[in-house]
Amino acid sequence: MSELILFRHLDIPDINDLDVYLANGGFKGLREIVGKKSPQEVVDIVKASGLRGRGGAGFPTGVKWSFLTPDVFPRYVVINADESEPGAFKDREIMERNPYQLLEGIAICCYAAQAQTAYIYCRGEFWDLAKELDEKIAELKDRGFLGKKLFGEKFDLEIYIHVGAGAYICGEETALLESLEGKLGMPRLRPPFPAAEGLFAKPTVVNNVETLANLPPIITRGADWFRSIGTEKSSGTKIFSLSGHIAKPGNYELPLGTSFRELIYDNGNGIPNGNAIKAILPAGASAPLLPASEEILDTGMDYESVSKAGSQLGSASIIVMDETVDISWVAYKTTKFFNHESCGKCTPCREGTYWMFNVMQHIKNGEGTFDDLATLNSVAESIVGKCLCALGDFSTMALTSGIEYFQEDFNAHLREKV
Amino acid sequence: MSSSQVKLMIDGNTLEAPRGMLLVDAALRAGIDVPVFCYHPKMEPVGMCRMCLVEIGRPSRDRQSGEFLLDENDQPIINFGPNLETACTTRIDEGWVVYINSERALEGQKQIVEFLLTSHPLDCPVCDKGGECPLQDLTMLHGPGISRFSFHDKMNSLKRVALGELIILDRERCIQCARCIRFQEEIVDDPVIEFSNRGRSLEIVTFSEPGFDSYFSGNTTDICPVGALTTSDFRFGSRPWELNAAASICPHCPVGCNIILNTRREVKMGGSEIVKRVLPRQNEMINEIWICDKGRFAYSYAMDSERLSQPMIRVGGELEETSWDNALKVAAEGLKQSGANLLGLAGGRASNEDLYNFKQLIQGLDGVSMLNDFMAGGKQNQQIGLGPGSNLGDLGVGDAIVVIASDLLEEAPIWWLRVKQAAERGAKLIVANARFTKLEKYSAHTVRYSFGDAPETVLGMLHYVTGDSSLNKYAKVDGQEESARIIKEATNAVLFMGSEGSDSESSKRLVQACGSLLAATEHIGKANNGLIPVWLKNNTQGAWDMGLTPPEKHLAEEFRDRTALYLMACDPFGDNPEMLQELPQDAFVIVQELFHTPSVDRADVVFPAQSFIERDGTLTSGERVVQLFYPAVSPHGESLPDWKILARIGALLGVAMESTSAAGVMNRIAEDIEDYGEIHYRELMNREDQWPPVGGKQIYFGGTAYENSQGIGIRLSSRAQRGEAYEPVWKESPKKPKGEGIRIVPIVKLYDQGTTVLPSLLLAQRIGQPELVIGQEDADRLLLQNGAQVEVQWNGTAHQFPVAIDNDIPEGIVLLPRNRQLGLEMPMACNLTPVKPTSKEKGE
Repeated sequence: MSELILFRHLDIPDINDLDVYLANGGFKGLREIVGKKSPQEVVDIVKASGLRGRGGAGFPTGVKWSFLTPDVFPRYVVINADESEPGAFKDREIMERNPYQLLEGIAICCYAAQAQTAYIYCRGEFWDLAKELDEKIAELKDRGFLGKKLFGEKFDLEIYIHVGAGAYICGEETALLESLEGKLGMPRLRPPFPAAEGLFAKPTVVNNVETLANLPPIITRGADWFRSIGTEKSSGTKIFSLSGHIAKPGNYELPLGTSFRELIYDNGNGIPNGNAIKAILPAGASAPLLPASEEILDTGMDYESVSKAGSQLGSASIIVMDETVDISWVAYKTTKFFNHESCGKCTPCREGTYWMFNVMQHIKNGEGTFDDLATLNSVAESIVGKCLCALGDFSTMALTSGIEYFQEDFNAHLREKV
Repeated sequence: MSSSQVKLMIDGNTLEAPRGMLLVDAALRAGIDVPVFCYHPKMEPVGMCRMCLVEIGRPSRDRQSGEFLLDENDQPIINFGPNLETACTTRIDEGWVVYINSERALEGQKQIVEFLLTSHPLDCPVCDKGGECPLQDLTMLHGPGISRFSFHDKMNSLKRVALGELIILDRERCIQCARCIRFQEEIVDDPVIEFSNRGRSLEIVTFSEPGFDSYFSGNTTDICPVGALTTSDFRFGSRPWELNAAASICPHCPVGCNIILNTRREVKMGGSEIVKRVLPRQNEMINEIWICDKGRFAYSYAMDSERLSQPMIRVGGELEETSWDNALKVAAEGLKQSGANLLGLAGGRASNEDLYNFKQLIQGLDGVSMLNDFMAGGKQNQQIGLGPGSNLGDLGVGDAIVVIASDLLEEAPIWWLRVKQAAERGAKLIVANARFTKLEKYSAHTVRYSFGDAPETVLGMLHYVTGDSSLNKYAKVDGQEESARIIKEATNAVLFMGSEGSDSESSKRLVQACGSLLAATEHIGKANNGLIPVWLKNNTQGAWDMGLTPPEKHLAEEFRDRTALYLMACDPFGDNPEMLQELPQDAFVIVQELFHTPSVDRADVVFPAQSFIERDGTLTSGERVVQLFYPAVSPHGESLPDWKILARIGALLGVAMESTSAAGVMNRIAEDIEDYGEIHYRELMNREDQWPPVGGKQIYFGGTAYENSQGIGIRLSSRAQRGEAYEPVWKESPKKPKGEGIRIVPIVKLYDQGTTVLPSLLLAQRIGQPELVIGQEDADRLLLQNGAQVEVQWNGTAHQFPVAIDNDIPEGIVLLPRNRQLGLEMPMACNLTPVKPTSKEKGE
C-alpha cells in the first residue's frame, strides 16, 4: 500500500489530538509560510504541485486561487464540507479523524488567498461533527494557531462553522454561498465567478475538504514530491469511497490512476457471494455508469482516464453493482434523488427531473411502455446543456447510460403501448 | 464606429449596439424578438427560465495579438459552443454571429416551453391573462398539440392563494420566473414575498402582516408573464380583448402617473361602461412602467352609486333635485342678489380647464378666488422648477437630491421610487425631516430637525454655502454642513419640498429658503435642477398656474362677512365642521361636487360634476408636466365637467367664457397665461419612442403595462430657464411661542380616508383606523400604552384615538394622519387626556 498523505490517522490513531498532531509535524507547513513566503509564492507552489479540486470538477486549485480579483478585500475562503453525493463519505472521515490537517490546510489557503476569514460549510446532517470542529477551532485559538497576528506575523485568521439545512444543491459552490448568506440555496448565475464576487459579493475561494487537507504536506514536502504521486495530469492521492456490492466497503486513499480492479479486488476484497460485477458508478449518482468489463476494470482512476472511458471521476464515490442489480431500479433511484434535490430555479431541471422520475415510477410500477425509453432519452436531451448549473446534467447521467448499456433491464418492465 | 459600439449579426441581420449590452436587448432594439419569461428590462437578468436559448458564435482570436483569425476566404473563423446560451445573461461583443431562430435554437426554446407546460394547467379559457399572456403566445407558437407528459400527473396545486387581499396567486399557473420577487426586492425594496420549498414544489409565499404589504404590489401582476398573479378587482372580471383602453392621468398625487383605464360595458351596471382595471401607461420621464396601489385600486369612487347625478336647489330648507336650466337660473339669480362679497374656493384636484374658468367667472363677478390649500411654492415652481429636458431617471453619480419636510413614500410613492433609484445609481440623497421616514435608508445624509424648524434648517445650509454670518444661528443640527457641501458640489440638484410640520406662514419661509439655497448653489434655470413641491393634491401646481393661490389669512377669517361662497372640488365644511360657524348664515352657497359632502349640505345650489374618468382635461404635475387625460366612460347621471358648468353660469351672468370643449378652454389658457403659451391638446398628444419598448406585441418584456400612444405631455419651462432673473429672498424666523404644551402635527398616509379612497372596497382593509402617534416621554407622563384611547382637543373640538408609541417622536409632539372632518390642516396646539376604560371595557 502506498503512503497515506490524508488518512494519517490510520498510521497515527490519535492524530485528532492536537499535541499528537503537533508532535507529528503538525502546523509545520503553516509556520513555513507565514511571514516567510509571500502569498503568491504559496499559490505558485500549489500550482506547481498540480493539485486538482477534489470536490468533483478536478479544477487545478492554484489556478482557481489566481483568479481572485486583485486588490479587493476582504476576501473569504469557504470550505465545501457539504458532502452530499450519494456514496461519498470521505470528507467526513478527514474531519472526524484527521481534523487538524484540514484546519492547517485552511490556514494555508487563507494565507495564500489573503483572507482573514474562513467558513466551513457542513451539510446539515454533520451537526455532531460541526460541534467537534467548533471545539477544535476554539482550542486552536487558545493555543495561538488562530486569531490575531499568528506567529507574531501580520496574519489574522478566524474560522467559523456553518451548518446547512439539508440540500444536495448546496454542494454546488454558488448555491453554497447563497445558503451561507442566509438565502435559499440556489445556484447563482456565472459569471461573476466566486473568485470575483463570491461570499457577500467579495472575492472568494471555495475548496473542498479533501483538497485543502492536501496543502500541509505539499508545503512541507514540496510540489515535486506531490507530483511524483499519481499520474502526470492527476497528481497526488485520492480518497475513494467504495460502496455497494463489495466485501470490504470503506474509504481507501490511493494514488490517482490506481485501477478500478486494484481498488475493488485488492483493497475491497472483491464482490461478495462470488457474484459477478455488473456495473460501476464512479462518481455517485452524478456521472454515467460504466458497464463492468476487463477493460473498464483496468482503467486508471484519474480524471483523464475515467473521462476517456465514458464517465467522470467526480468525487470518486465508487458504487459497485453486481449481477443481481436491475439497472432500471438504479435509474429509478437516481431520478428520484435528483427530483427530490432539484432546487427548482431553472426550468429544465425543475420540470425535467420530475418528468424523468415520473416516467421511471410508471416503469417501476409495471405501467411503462416501450415508448417511454424514447421519452426518457428525449427529456434527458432537453435538459443537458440547458440548465443554470451542473445538477441538471448530472440528473440524466445514470439514466441515459443505464438505458444505453442495459436496455434489457428496462425492457423487462415494459410492454407495448395499447 | 466608436469603440464602444460593436457590430454583430443576428439571424442574418448586421447591427450595431453598445458593447456589453445584453444580447436580448440588442436583438430587441433591432426589432428581433427573443422569447423570455424571467428576463425583464427593468431588472437584473437571472437566467432562470432558460427560454431565451440561442446559438452564439464568437470569432476566434489570435492568443498573442488578439486579432481575429481568418479562414481561407479571409472571413473570421466563428466558433459555436457545444451548448445553447441564454440571450438574457450574455453581453455582446464584436463580431458575434447569433441565431435566435435557427433550427437548433428553436428546438431548445421549444423544449423549454414543453417543460413549462408539464406543470402548467393550460386553463387559458378561464384565465385572466388569456389574450395577453406570453406563455399562451409561445404555446401557440411552439406547442405540439399533444402532451407527451402524463396528464394525470400534472401539477395540482392551490388555485386561489390570497397573498394579501389585493393580489391573488394561482400556484398551478406560476412558472417560477421570480419576476415578482425580484421586483419587490430590487425595484421597490419591499421584500415581502419569497420562494419557499424547492424543485417542483417551489412556490411564492408572503411573510408580511398583512400579506403582501407593499404600496407597489399591483405592478407584480403586470410583469407576471402568466396568469399566476392577478389583482382581486380584475380577477374573473373580464377578458382582455373585451376592453377599451382610455389614456388617463392618475388623480391621486402630484406625480401625474400615466395610466390606462380599461373599460367595458357591464350587465350588472345596466349595460353602462365601467372601469374594469387601471394599468400603468409607459412614460419613462414620469412613472416608467409603474404605478402605486392607490392609483391602481382607488378608482371605484368615480363609479360610486353615491355620486351626485342631478343638480339640486334648496327649497324650504331641503335640497331638491331639479333641471340644469332651473339650477343654473337659481344660481345666477343668487349670485346677482348676494354676490356683492363673493368668495370662490377651488380644490387642487380640479383640472386646469376647470380652474381657469373658475378664476375667470369669480373675477368676472368681482369676487375673490382662492385655492383651498395652505402650502406655498407654486410661484417658485414657476420660477425655478425643473423645466424641459429633465428626467428624474437621469439623475445619478455626481447629482444631489434633497427631500425636505415630506414623507415621500406616503405622499408620492412613484417619486419616492425614482428618488430611491437615483440614489442607488449614485446620486447623493439628503433627507431632512423632523422624524424618520423610509427614504432615509437610501440617504447619503440625514438631517433631523425639530418639528417646525424646516425653514431654519435650510437657512443653516445656506449659511454653509454663502458664509452669511447672519445665518450662523440656524446652523445647529448635524448634517447641515455636509449637505450644503454636497448640494454645492453636485452637477445637478433637485429639491423636493413638502409641507409636513408646516403652517401657511412657515411653508412660505421654507420655500423661500429652499429657493435661496438652490439659487446660491446655482441649481436653477437648467434641466434636472430646481424645485419640486410635494403638493397634497394632484393639480395644485395647475391651480397656481391658473392664478389661484392659498388664502393669505386663515380660511375662517376669509369666510367671515361673505355674502356668497362658490365651492368647486373642495369641501371646507367637511374638512373642518367648525367652519360652518364662520360663514354668515344667510350667505348664498354654490357647490360643484362629485359627492354629497358636508359642504353640499350647506349649499343653496348643487351642481353634479364629472369625475376624471368621464371627461377630458389637463393636469399639471409637481414637476410641471402638463398632461392630458381622456374620457373613458359615459358621464354619471346628468353630471357635467366643472369648466362647462362655470361657462354656463358665466353665460347667464354676462361673463364670456369658453364653453364648447376642454381643448377650447386650453386654447384660451394658451392665449392668456404666458407659461402655457405653447400648450395645445394636439401637442399634448405627441408620443415618443421609449426604451424599453413595452406594451403592444412585446408583452414578454413589459407585461401588461401599456405603450404610450396617446401623449407624453409637455414639460413647462421655468422662468429662470427662460432667462428671467430669480431674486432669492428669505425671512428671519419669528420668535417661537414658548411653553404652549403639546402640538399636534398632521401627516400624510397614502391610504387616507379621503372621498376618493373610501369607496374602494379593495383598499378599505388597508386604511385602518387613524392612530395618534406619540413619543415615549409623553406616553410615560400620561401613563399611556400602545393602543390606549386618548382624547385630543384642539381648536375647541375633541376627538378620540388609540395611541401608537414611537420612540422617534420628541416630547411635546403628536402626529395624526390627515383626515376629513378633523379641522387639522396645519400643526396646532392641543391637549391630551387619557380616556379611562369604562367598566364594560375592563371585561366585567
